[in-house]
Amino acid sequence: MAASPAYGEEKGGSSSLGEPEYGHDPASGGIFSSDYKRHDDLKEMLDSNKDSLKLEAMKRIVAMIARGKNASDLFPAVVKNVACKNIEVKKLVYVYLVRYAEEQQDLALLSISTFQRGLKDPNQLIRASALRVLSSIRVPIIVPIMMLAIKEAASDMSPYVRKTAAHAIPKLYSLDSDQKDQLIEVIEKLLADKTTLVAGSVVMAFEEVCPERIDLIHKNYRKLCNLLIDVEEWGQVVIINMLTRYARTQFLSPNQNESLLEENAEKAFYGSEEEDAKDAKAEAASLAKRKPYVMDPDHRLLLRNTKPLLQSRNAAVVMAVAQLYFHLAPKAEVGVIAKALVRLLRSHSEVQYVVLQNVATMSIKRRGMFEPYLKSFYIRSTDPTQIKILKLEVLTNLANETNISTILREFQTYIRSMDKDFVAATIQAIGRCATNIGKVRDTCLNGLVQLLSNRDDLAKAGSLPTELVVIKKLLQMQPAQHSEIIKHMAKLTDNIQVPMARASILWLIGEYCEHVPKIAPDVLRKMAKSFTNEEDIVKLQVINLAAKLYLTNSKQSKLLTQYVLNLAKYDQNYDIRDRARFIRQLIVPTEKSGALNKYAKKLFLAQKPAPVLESSFKDRDHFQLGSLSHLLNAKAVGYQELPDWPDEAPDPSVRNVEVPEWTKCTIREKRKEKVEKPFYSDSEGESGATESADSEPESGSEESGSSSSSGSSSSGSEEEEEEEEEEEHSEEQSEDKEEEEEEKRPKRKEKEGSRKAAPRSVGSPSEEEEEEEGAKKSKKKKALQGRKGRAETSSEEASTSESSSSGSDSGSEAETKRRKAPPSSKAGPKEISLLDLDDFTPPPPQPIPSSSIVSTSLVTDLEGLTLTDTSLTPTLLSPAFGTVKTYELLHRMAGEGLAVEYCFSRRPFPGDPHMVAVQIQISNNTDAEVKNLRVSEPKPLSGMRIQEFPEIESLAPGDTASVVMGIDFCDSTQAANFQLCTHTRHFYVSIQPPVGELMAPVFMSENEFKKEQGKLTGMSEITEKLTLPEKCRSDHAIVQQVTSAANVGRVPCGASNEYRFAAKTVTSGSLVLITLERREGGLAQLTINSEKMVIGTMLVKDISQALAQ
Amino acid sequence: MTQKSRDRLCEHETSVLIAQRNHLAEFSLFLINAAGDIFLEKHWKSVVSRSVCDYFFEAQERASEAENVPPVIPTPHHYLLSVYRHKIFFVAVIQSEVPPLFVIEFLHRVVDTFQDYFGVCSEVIIKDNVVVVYEVLEEMLDNGFPLATESNILKELIKPPTILRTVVNTITGSTNVGDQLPTGQLSVVPWRRTGVKYTNNEAYFDVIEEIDAIIDKSGSTITAEIQGVIDACVKLTGMPDLTLSFMNPRLLDDVSFHPCVRFKRWESERILSFIPPDGNFRLLSYHVSAQNLVAIPVYVKHNISFRDSSSLGRFEITVGPKQTMGKTVEGVMVTSQMPKSVLNMTLTPSQGTHVFDPVTKLLSWDVGKINPQKLPSLKGSVSLQAGTSKPDENPTINLQFKIQQLAISGLKVNRLDMYGEKYKPFKGIKYMTKAGKFQVRT
Repeated sequence: MAASPAYGEEKGGSSSLGEPEYGHDPASGGIFSSDYKRHDDLKEMLDSNKDSLKLEAMKRIVAMIARGKNASDLFPAVVKNVACKNIEVKKLVYVYLVRYAEEQQDLALLSISTFQRGLKDPNQLIRASALRVLSSIRVPIIVPIMMLAIKEAASDMSPYVRKTAAHAIPKLYSLDSDQKDQLIEVIEKLLADKTTLVAGSVVMAFEEVCPERIDLIHKNYRKLCNLLIDVEEWGQVVIINMLTRYARTQFLSPNQNESLLEENAEKAFYGSEEEDAKDAKAEAASLAKRKPYVMDPDHRLLLRNTKPLLQSRNAAVVMAVAQLYFHLAPKAEVGVIAKALVRLLRSHSEVQYVVLQNVATMSIKRRGMFEPYLKSFYIRSTDPTQIKILKLEVLTNLANETNISTILREFQTYIRSMDKDFVAATIQAIGRCATNIGKVRDTCLNGLVQLLSNRDDLAKAGSLPTELVVIKKLLQMQPAQHSEIIKHMAKLTDNIQVPMARASILWLIGEYCEHVPKIAPDVLRKMAKSFTNEEDIVKLQVINLAAKLYLTNSKQSKLLTQYVLNLAKYDQNYDIRDRARFIRQLIVPTEKSGALNKYAKKLFLAQKPAPVLESSFKDRDHFQLGSLSHLLNAKAVGYQELPDWPDEAPDPSVRNVEVPEWTKCTIREKRKEKVEKPFYSDSEGESGATESADSEPESGSEESGSSSSSGSSSSGSEEEEEEEEEEEHSEEQSEDKEEEEEEKRPKRKEKEGSRKAAPRSVGSPSEEEEEEEGAKKSKKKKALQGRKGRAETSSEEASTSESSSSGSDSGSEAETKRRKAPPSSKAGPKEISLLDLDDFTPPPPQPIPSSSIVSTSLVTDLEGLTLTDTSLTPTLLSPAFGTVKTYELLHRMAGEGLAVEYCFSRRPFPGDPHMVAVQIQISNNTDAEVKNLRVSEPKPLSGMRIQEFPEIESLAPGDTASVVMGIDFCDSTQAANFQLCTHTRHFYVSIQPPVGELMAPVFMSENEFKKEQGKLTGMSEITEKLTLPEKCRSDHAIVQQVTSAANVGRVPCGASNEYRFAAKTVTSGSLVLITLERREGGLAQLTINSEKMVIGTMLVKDISQALAQ
Repeated sequence: MTQKSRDRLCEHETSVLIAQRNHLAEFSLFLINAAGDIFLEKHWKSVVSRSVCDYFFEAQERASEAENVPPVIPTPHHYLLSVYRHKIFFVAVIQSEVPPLFVIEFLHRVVDTFQDYFGVCSEVIIKDNVVVVYEVLEEMLDNGFPLATESNILKELIKPPTILRTVVNTITGSTNVGDQLPTGQLSVVPWRRTGVKYTNNEAYFDVIEEIDAIIDKSGSTITAEIQGVIDACVKLTGMPDLTLSFMNPRLLDDVSFHPCVRFKRWESERILSFIPPDGNFRLLSYHVSAQNLVAIPVYVKHNISFRDSSSLGRFEITVGPKQTMGKTVEGVMVTSQMPKSVLNMTLTPSQGTHVFDPVTKLLSWDVGKINPQKLPSLKGSVSLQAGTSKPDENPTINLQFKIQQLAISGLKVNRLDMYGEKYKPFKGIKYMTKAGKFQVRT
């Protein structure tokens, strides 16, 4: 029985494994020692009730599998334990099942029901692992079950389960390829998934099942590009490779224009005749059309979004991006990958090996790219030989007239290496340099010959033949000039004993015997003398030499030749005898064989073409770089040819998505995506927070100056990004935005400049600006902390609202407060906590000049209003808060007991500054628990985006939950529609924002206000006259009414009868300036300046209504 | 248009439609020791016979040294991709096209994970922990596609063995598998496990710079560059959000990050902002820009000659400090591969110990600290094999050394801040300069 031989092995094995011996277990020690069939013991253990016994048995079985031992006869015993409660036993049973199910199909079916149960488990991880094992059991009979399971899992709520479903697809496909059509449907569905977790896996499934269905990618292309940076590293590799192929079918070659000019120039210059199909074709295409090339914005998107990944720690990702750039980027941009590839050379030698192969191919095509890194390819004596040889290859490819002398000097060191293969390769490399660069040909040749003569035979025998072969090849290029060298080599025949080398020299002399007429016969004479002692290859060359001499110089060598031929005639080797007979017939005229005789000279002394020394990496780039096929220089199984660029670009509109989310707001969409996985996304929102916390006492003004400037630079980059995006997706709507951006940016820079130059002059515009920054920052911080909204702000913000409100005199106060702020943040990394709590307790050590004012503004902030108010008394302020309106989203009746209200909390939405934060209050008035409360299927209008709130697991009866969601209304008052789902019901709801909520306050000085206002005249200015009712004539009332109608910030104003407010629209950041001029008799004039005319008009209406109340 | 290019065009038209791939994602792993024994195998799909490794053994025989075994070996039906680490070959068997680096990088990640789990990665350890190894491998790869490669996540799925746990497991029969299903995979920061708790919250960062250099005979630098890494050991409770800023971030020329680093923040502000994984990880690798001249902290004076006539040679080397910024150079180690014809060496070091292995012809001299007042030297004679002429290459000298408390590039961390948590962590930053591949040609 199979068990008995395994017994001994097993015993030895398990003790060497050092696992706790079975005997250690007191409960079972006895069973075992008496039994000699180990597998029976295992079976017994598996049948026992004790988990620890089962586990021990399973561990041994797994150890057997690991060592490649057969454990299949245990199948029935193991499969019974598939439902075991112990999770480790279960796992090991899974391992076993996956390994042996194929062999024991009938028994394997016993386990299926367990997995089917698992698929319905409420725990996502159990669902996922059940699917994983089920799909790994390769039993054809369960294909329908697998199909069903995959389909179900593909629409699972949990992205993790969906990911597992994606993994299962290729498994099922390899089991039964008839399922392809159904699987493609699933793939299509999963491709539309927006979570980063799924993206990599589904693309992998796509690549394995239906790589030809490139059409499935169209709709998801932009999403994939945007998600890429957040996908896990392995998924990135797969996606990038797939997108490379996609781009090759969908976009035009970015090099077609240059190919005409540059390519030709380059060719002429380097004299290389290489011209691959791509260029040829591109050239033809551009000749035909001569149409100016404009890169498809989607093509650009791909290049831009992959570039940061060159910084990945994962070599495979870097290589994937590098090949993408090599195959897709315009020539001028490919250079960026060089640095990253050179970095990979410091990795493990296997990585180096692969990277160098690719670099070798690239360096032939784009020599300039790696030239700056020449020294990184210098060889160390400790490199493994295969790495040395590849580096040599790269160095040779990089050699040109300017750097050849350095390279040759480096080669000289290599030639003296102890590593023979490497020396031989170096000599080859020198030969190649010499052929490619005419200037150094003589130097190289002389160097090599010198090397040759200084050589001691025995020590360097290994590399000698190569050397001679290389010299031979070089000589063949210009034999006439080198008779000296040939003579020199002839002399060497006395010393050189290596047969291969001798043979080479003899061939050379024979070939060029006309150049050395005196020496050649002498060499033949010597060789004839030692003929019988020579090696076979040398003998053959002696015969050749004799024949050639006979033809050119028969007078001197006729007898010698005959002598040699006679010797050969009786040689032991039949090759040599044959050769001698053949040559004799050919060259010595007899009656029988006259026909060929006259051609003998032509036969022997034909012009032989000079050999071409070229890289073995030439033309390898028709394989996709980074692929296995490229590495092997042979098509690997399953390799997909990288398609050539199309002549005409296919319709780019296929990538537009029906819900035009992606079309318009790719970048913003990216942000949104990131909110889902908000790791990178918050880097924008949060940047301010860290800086404001940074301000340490010792760095005082300087620090905060720098922090604010970096803060603005980050917001600047945001704008830039936006603008870039607009360039890409130039639609009518974005055009005006762009202009506006254009206009704003220089201004911002200017401000920044002034800020740096003049450090904090009190009350000056620059300071105001800075405070604005501060305010922004602290707001962002709030967002970061993500507290449900009650309570925190930094003291900095307090000072901001203060100073901007109380005009001139508050400047100094703000100053003191700013000084006061640092101590609270002194505690280093603890700062954040201080901001949470310590604001409530005024820091004791600092003298506070006007603590009441501080707390006033604090109260304001704590109450969740970021707007400012002139009035300084807290009593006057609180009503302002009370005016925050709540709207009903879902009535108690309509919602079957679920009541939902919303209000605009007027704080920036964390993670995305372009969204309006909507606070939603959900109360459960039913008497049952409401579960899985979430937003689903947002159906936003064009450009609108919704960031759902995190799902509420459950809401107990009578409970109320408050959540925040973000909506980008795109500066319009269109309602956002979505569904509010519970575990049982779906409610269609919509949120329509009042126009005043579409903006966020901006703090600016009077001067700036005027300046901006000056720019927004004419069409952008809307004026309305109104009469203020009696109760609404006080300063406070007016300010309160305006700020409750719109989310605006007060701008200080010199005149007492004028009120100014400023805000920016949330989405596009357009300025909205409001001026209210009060005249006598309750008359007033409201002016709104904004280039968003619709907003202006609506705002005028809203504000005058509010004031008229 | 050449014939070839025309052919390729034709191919192109069809190539988009072909490529039916049926046997993909086959992935098997064999672990082979130096003696050529397969001591572990794992198959992720159908079982590949271990006879496929014969091709590998052939290549191993052909290559004189282990590191010269080609990382990619094609066989008639499979492709063998291997990495060699800790005297073990990790051989992956695949059946079809896949980016080779994808597999190689994954294999390295496997080794890293083993090392992380068991402290060392050796044949004995792997055999001792075969079940854990199997479980880890099972989680790392699904159907030829990497699943969980973050050690933080893996450790949550399968707990690493500790002595205590082994004892407890033996007694109670409990397991290494976490009974709580991990949440990390689903969290927003997939590299960090959740629910981390420490009583002492510490974050240590080691800035380690290595100098790679080739110095020529005359002592001038042929090429020198600085590679740096920042290794972190972060043991912080909860979800801390850290920022690390440099005094002189412009020094960094080329960087690669752990996935936790927010790329945008670096791009715009040159600040490293990240939520760290728990435990040890490499935060950043960098390269110092080539414009900055590299200070070479040591020099080697050498006088090695093999005389033609006699079978004796002279050997003398002295090591001295050069640009060390006032710091001590320590841990100096000199190794040199002597030519084959060297029979033996009779040397006297002024300090430290030296060994010459007559079989491998490797000379190593453990110098220790360099005392600038009394420079360490190694002098003596070399005896050559009689009858052979002198080797025409002088051996290269490889140098190792360490300088504590110094980052040779001048890189300095400005500050480290933590957000998101309320406690005060203990922070530490250490600098060190080491020799990387530091070679002196003689």
